[in-house]
Amino acid sequence: MNRLVMIAALALPMLGTAAMAQETVKIGYIDPLSGGGASVGEVGLKTFQFLAEEQNAKGGILGKKVEIVPLDNKTNPQESLIQAQKAIDAGVRYVTQGNGSSVAGALSDFITKYNERNPGKEVLYFNYAAVDPVLTNEKCSFWHFRWDANSDIKMEALTNYMKTVPAIKKVYLINQDYSFGQSVRTQARAMLGAKRPDIQIVGDELHPLLKISDFAPYIAKIKASGADTVVTGNWGQDFALLLKAAADSGLKVNWYTYYAGGTGGPTAIKQAGLNDQVYGIVEGIPNLKGGDGQAFEKAFRAKYDGQTNVYPRAVNEMRMFAAAAEKAKSLEPVKVAQALEGMDFEVLNGGKATMRKDDHQFFQPMYIAQFGELKAGEFDEEKTGWGWKTVATIDTAQTMLPTTCKMERP
Amino acid sequence: MLELIVISTLNGVLYGMLLFLMASGLTVIFSMLGVLNFAHASFYMLGAFFGFQISRWVGFWPALLIAPILAGAIGAAVERYGLRPVHKNGHVAELLFTFGLAFAIEEIVQIIWGKSPVDFRVPPLLDFPAFTIFSTNYPAFKMFMLAVSIAIFVGLLLVLKKTRIGLIVQAALTHPNMVGHLGHNVGRIFMLVFGVGTALAAVAGVIAGPALVTQSNMAGLLGPILFVVVVVGGLGSLPGAFVASLLIGLVQTFAVSMNGSLAGAFGPLGPDWASSWVADIWSVTIAQVAPIMPYLLLVLILIFRPMGLLGTRDT
Repeated sequence: MNRLVMIAALALPMLGTAAMAQETVKIGYIDPLSGGGASVGEVGLKTFQFLAEEQNAKGGILGKKVEIVPLDNKTNPQESLIQAQKAIDAGVRYVTQGNGSSVAGALSDFITKYNERNPGKEVLYFNYAAVDPVLTNEKCSFWHFRWDANSDIKMEALTNYMKTVPAIKKVYLINQDYSFGQSVRTQARAMLGAKRPDIQIVGDELHPLLKISDFAPYIAKIKASGADTVVTGNWGQDFALLLKAAADSGLKVNWYTYYAGGTGGPTAIKQAGLNDQVYGIVEGIPNLKGGDGQAFEKAFRAKYDGQTNVYPRAVNEMRMFAAAAEKAKSLEPVKVAQALEGMDFEVLNGGKATMRKDDHQFFQPMYIAQFGELKAGEFDEEKTGWGWKTVATIDTAQTMLPTTCKMERP
Repeated sequence: MLELIVISTLNGVLYGMLLFLMASGLTVIFSMLGVLNFAHASFYMLGAFFGFQISRWVGFWPALLIAPILAGAIGAAVERYGLRPVHKNGHVAELLFTFGLAFAIEEIVQIIWGKSPVDFRVPPLLDFPAFTIFSTNYPAFKMFMLAVSIAIFVGLLLVLKKTRIGLIVQAALTHPNMVGHLGHNVGRIFMLVFGVGTALAAVAGVIAGPALVTQSNMAGLLGPILFVVVVVGGLGSLPGAFVASLLIGLVQTFAVSMNGSLAGAFGPLGPDWASSWVADIWSVTIAQVAPIMPYLLLVLILIFRPMGLLGTRDT
């Protein structure tokens, strides 16, 4: 029944707009809009809709309006492929997705195969947040482009910073049990072991993805381990609830995270009273002065009732897509892909970045940010009064890790 | 270590009591109507969302009372105007009816409250640590949840064992025709039991909503575990449901806190082939498989004691 309703809901408006289809650039947004991932999926959708409007105000891409087609994948790889096929059938030539590397892997495979079988009707896949390194290494594809720094790059930067903090003695790893979480734990172990052999790993936990509603048992375990620092790649509800449980039990440790800024995260950190104790590795925060980041942030918050733009990478993706199409003077996915390869770009928060031709990984300046009390006039998060501050900057050149990708080009 | 055991026991008992609030209604409804109510967890969800909405308007405490009554009334109406007419067509039809109802409730909740979690907060009166053991705070709200669950359990027991209405309900469980011949309105008793059962699930929803996550997939996350509780405890057995709820609550919580794996158990004595051929399961820790423990228990119970721990019949 669920599916029938959805098909009907999707099919009806499509019939009506079929005549206009030629006039718009459709981007299929395939991400969770229900279930455990919905809270982050909805923020992503708002971001892309905002970006589409921004682009349309400038006259669209090559004179065509940008339209975002939302498709709910329930954070499920199989469901994502059904949604991708549906999008393609409706004339979508560009899809974007970010939440869940398990989904990203399936989607990248699917689109690569689809393009092999349907020459002339190729589809491009823009990945704005799935960071499993294999997507730009062993399993790289010409049709996949990634705007977020991959997990290895983030862990490299995070451990470089942790190396300089002598207070870290006992580290606890807690991650989601799927390809991304496993890659975070493996890299954390390897890199911490190499850079700070004196650090003891006192716990290494994997828990089911987006299925835990009470993290109290896990927090009790972290507490019992005597850890002073937790490293986690958790995102969405899995981060917010983890911190909420930590707040409830009064666990006071330092947190090194990938996605502490996601929905619910800042509120939970404030509740736990962890002033300046939560760190994140990000490609941008609202309080950076460079580029037109501040103006963008203001406009975004004005439109969405104080909602932070948590996806500077999505901004880079959309603007770069437009630039590549202008450069290629075409909206044919193959030509756009060729234009994107090796393209240099000034990112939202200022600074030079580039889309590496070898593996389609975007390299940009990265920041280690710390969450806590602010100076007057700075952007806070979720109306907590606390916000993100930069503690370290990693230049683009320093984020360049080698790749094993052997790209097959059409 | 002691700290971990104490905290895990508290967490486990709390989770178990929450399960019991729901399983008690489910199991009584089953023994009366002979139907496994697939929509039972949906009433738990309804309770949470009603609780959220009402606490927005008039505060948490009235919500704790009104939401279950509302959900119970809906439950009673479902029995009277839904299940009873369907009953003529046999058990399969009833089963399918409750199955469809679960989907319908989920869709309706999504239409009204959306698909993402709603901001259901712990009431300020209970938003403080109740006590601190070994430097771990235990939230007052969780103690409150525990107290409510225990109070309801005791109340239910007293009503069933000590009052006249409990007597009739018990009799109607096994001999509905005889109870009818004695002049009691069996249909109304069924409706009452269904209403009370769903109201209990709704109470669980109201108190679990702020502590856990209130969103439209919460029924789906808890539903399957509920059936495990009912089957492990013995279909239709209230004490069975109690024991099974606590058992599953504790098993799941303690499993999370354990680190053992096959590789660890064998240590250096492990055969060489293990780490290469069965590497995937060899190094998986108990904590990682914690979520599937209840289902493992379900399978074992069905093989070795199909009537459940305290059940009496072989169904």
